[in-house]
Amino acid sequence: MNRPMRPDPTFHASPKLAMEAPPENFAFTVMLGKDSSQHDGIAVVDLREGSETYGQIVHTVMTPTTGDEFHHFGWNACSSSLSPLSGHAFLERRYLIVPGIRSSRIYIFDVKEPLEAKIHKVIEPEELFRKTGYSRPHTIHCGPEGIYVSTLGGGGPDGTDGPPGIFIMDCETFEIIGKYEMDRGKQDKHYDFWWNLPQDYMVSSEWALPPQYENGVIPEDLLSNKYGHSIHFWDLRARKNIQTMDFGENYQMALEIRPAHDPTKSYGFCGVVVDTTNLQGAIFTWWRDEDGKWQSKKTITIDPRPEDPENLPELLKGFGAVPPLVTDIDLSLDDKYLYVACWGLGEMHQYDVSDPMNPVLNGKVELGGIGRRTKHPNGKEFIYGPQMVEISRDGKRVYWTNSLYSSWDDQFYPDQEGGQMVMAQVGDDGSFALDPDFYINFPEGSRAHQIRLEGGDCSTDSFCYPSA
Amino acid sequence: MTVTALWWAVIFSGLYHGVNPGMGWPLAVSAALMERKKSAMPKALTMLAAGHFLAMIVILLPFSLMFFLTDNEREFRIGAGVLVVAMGVYLLINRRHPKILARVHPAKLGLWSFLAATAHGAGLMLVPIFLGICGLLEPGNITDTGHAAAQQLMSSNVTTALLVAAAHTLAMTGIGAAIAVFVYFWFGLKFISKSWFNLDLVWAFSLVFVGAFGIYSAYAGHH
Repeated sequence: MNRPMRPDPTFHASPKLAMEAPPENFAFTVMLGKDSSQHDGIAVVDLREGSETYGQIVHTVMTPTTGDEFHHFGWNACSSSLSPLSGHAFLERRYLIVPGIRSSRIYIFDVKEPLEAKIHKVIEPEELFRKTGYSRPHTIHCGPEGIYVSTLGGGGPDGTDGPPGIFIMDCETFEIIGKYEMDRGKQDKHYDFWWNLPQDYMVSSEWALPPQYENGVIPEDLLSNKYGHSIHFWDLRARKNIQTMDFGENYQMALEIRPAHDPTKSYGFCGVVVDTTNLQGAIFTWWRDEDGKWQSKKTITIDPRPEDPENLPELLKGFGAVPPLVTDIDLSLDDKYLYVACWGLGEMHQYDVSDPMNPVLNGKVELGGIGRRTKHPNGKEFIYGPQMVEISRDGKRVYWTNSLYSSWDDQFYPDQEGGQMVMAQVGDDGSFALDPDFYINFPEGSRAHQIRLEGGDCSTDSFCYPSA
Repeated sequence: MTVTALWWAVIFSGLYHGVNPGMGWPLAVSAALMERKKSAMPKALTMLAAGHFLAMIVILLPFSLMFFLTDNEREFRIGAGVLVVAMGVYLLINRRHPKILARVHPAKLGLWSFLAATAHGAGLMLVPIFLGICGLLEPGNITDTGHAAAQQLMSSNVTTALLVAAAHTLAMTGIGAAIAVFVYFWFGLKFISKSWFNLDLVWAFSLVFVGAFGIYSAYAGHH
């Protein structure tokens, strides 16, 4: 085990130091095969300023397997290593942990040399099942006990034998250690999670159980409010659920958890895909009150857009409207701007959340979308709508891709196929507009999903020191 | 080897532990920033010091008692040296990080400091030096000079253990506090990653070196 003599230069004590660090040179983007006959992989995108291949895919690593469905992924190590509490300051930010959300197979990519990125290790699904009783791994975060991975399924062929949860992997050998939870309380579904390390809390969210999403959204389940609508607060190191907060059963699919990056703050956001009473998308702000109890309030609503049923997929014809479908959110490192992907509408919203209780819509980009198909400023089409969004550390560039989840893409956009990655520039005054020259069309047969930026980004790094 | 030199070794080992961010000074900076008040820093440093002192004491006190009870002083010191070398070799071979540290609540700095020092054999590193001092403090070759003398000797060993742990911890906390204050007021947080060096190997070799010194001085002291 060779460890470097100095901490990885991409580890930063505070969010502020991370913002001041050099900009990203590469992006790593999930390539999702359009069907189970295609291989998934990781695309390496050149972001080096002045490079001849800037804004192009310069390397791809494809898996030998099919049907994995790459989705979210993350680093083996991040800025959280700079706390003496973790006891591992000399890890390298070098490996990407990329789970197959369908196959439960986990790939570890070595991206030390981005242009020569390669597969480092494969963990077969059986090992995950045997050691954890969980299936369908999803969100990755590196933290005090190693690498934490959330899962969407329990045991059994359809993942409903027992609740899903989080498991822990060794951050150097990538051995699966075992289940995280000691007391999960009411938590019976899972999706995303994140935390505040010095304050020792974790927040987790709920999408659905595997039979509710693997073959597409089930309209009856959605309209009877059977998808997830609660978030859970945990004592991180004691591994205990301390509070379950129900947003209300009409707030279907509470997905991305985005805590404020500054560890002195005790608040964050959660995006809700759809309010079944009015088809709105919603963002909740959650915070800890003076008595130590967690509270939440709906602070952003996004209205659906009326649309001629002729332009709507089967699923939506009866409603005569396009729901926003808030599928991803991301918070800039200065905790100032929250970006909200409206995958149905075909819009990326930028909210000023300097006052987290009163977000203000500051900017908006229209691109793609159900029944509208807004073109990119370069004149080309954007398939589906804005989905996975990632912000550069300095907050000046916002990248996003288009695919949500294979079977849902096909349901909501039945006549479209493809993968794209675009970028919007954010001015010093907060202006927000697409870069007309940045447009990556993914190779035939590949859709595009989550993006990770070399050296860390706004949804990977956890900081242990305040920005002050 | 003189008693003075050994006391300097105690102080030096304290400074050595104290400058290492892994022993906790960044946590004092973090505490002051998190609580937005300077008074959080001395509080954090006190907890770190208390944990470290305790980690020294739980190692040194049993050794001081055993040293008193044994009839084979030289063999005992050699055995202690071998134990310290073994700990160093263990840390050289097993490069994994102690997992238990990650389960400690971030506010329980005393507990964390105790566990971090213990897991890295920080107390063991002092044992050969401590035994060296005890050996040199013995008035000549004490044989059975009566119950009272024995009691005195034992209590002097215990006092020495406490003094060694205190001097070591004071040196460690002093240097750690100085760095924390400089980072908080002048250098800024960037200093944390800039000043952190991987001492894992140096640390393990330090244990081997100190243990070997203990074995050597046990021989040398009786020739």
